[in-house]
Amino acid sequence: MTGQDALFEYLLRLSDNALILGHRLSEWCGHSPALEEDLALSNVALDLIGQTQLWLSLAGEVEGKGRDADKLAYLRDARDFRNVLLVEQPNGDFALTMARQFFFDAWHYLLLRELKGSKDARIAEIAAKGLKEVTYHLERSRDWVLRLGDGTEESHRRMQTAIDDLWMYTGELFESDEVDQAMAREGIGADLAALHEPWLGLVRATAEEATLTLPQPGWAQRGGKRGIHSEHLGYILADLQFLQRAYPNATW
Amino acid sequence: MTDKKEWPLWEVFIRSQHGLAHRHVGSLHAPDAEMAIMNARDVYTRRNEGVSIWVVKASEIAASSPSEKGPLFDPANSKVYRHPTFYEIPEELGHM
Repeated sequence: MTGQDALFEYLLRLSDNALILGHRLSEWCGHSPALEEDLALSNVALDLIGQTQLWLSLAGEVEGKGRDADKLAYLRDARDFRNVLLVEQPNGDFALTMARQFFFDAWHYLLLRELKGSKDARIAEIAAKGLKEVTYHLERSRDWVLRLGDGTEESHRRMQTAIDDLWMYTGELFESDEVDQAMAREGIGADLAALHEPWLGLVRATAEEATLTLPQPGWAQRGGKRGIHSEHLGYILADLQFLQRAYPNATW
Repeated sequence: MTDKKEWPLWEVFIRSQHGLAHRHVGSLHAPDAEMAIMNARDVYTRRNEGVSIWVVKASEIAASSPSEKGPLFDPANSKVYRHPTFYEIPEELGHM
């Protein structure tokens, strides 16, 4: 794999995480527990879709085959998506959505903070812009984990279940393969393994404050970064890509 | 859940980046002040940098009663000394 290929692959991972999670959040539109929450979730979704556009445009540029952000978003199939499995998990109840968000936001925040110092100025710039948004996302999702965990008996039970159910998808966030390692070595990407401790620290402190118990470290479900996804992604893409597949290359 | 409490109403006041004072912009529901501020950010500011947000529980606001409008607000127009409009404010003083 050439450096250019690795960089393209790396950018797809960054953009696909934001794209798929942004899509998941947009599914909440009009269905949130409160009007204010509905707006907030949509705002987070819009932030993530905005980040996707920046990452994908850059990916298209790096690839140099004339694929723009739209082509990359709408005309790749599941096998070519590089998002982690965590973000494609279904919304479930509000607790599950917030647990997924919190796990991801905490990681995303730490990652972008590293990428802000990337040797690739284009990556550094997108990361700096995204970091402002993600800081806010993290503040919100962490807040909800605390409120639900330390809320009523019912909300505590749901939040604990959500954390237990999603835990096996968190391991993948910190695994480095040859692409991650090459990018980290060149000072372009982040050392993912090094993010694990700070992430755990933040998650542990939040769980404790929320009266929740973190599962024991265990088996991690993985594959998303290599295009091996859960059955959920196909359905997401069917929704997301329908129009572009039905009317390819239409202007909109 | 048997105890589904309605979130209380909050009034939102915002000072924009170059604004001089907080202006009432609307209201929203939130479980507490912290969440009310976060929600106000999403609903009313689109997270513009450099704004200041005040939230106050609607129940904390005392309002004047419309029926007392006359005695409260009818200005004593005949008493010119009550309307110090003929002073000139020096330029360098700025807004008063």
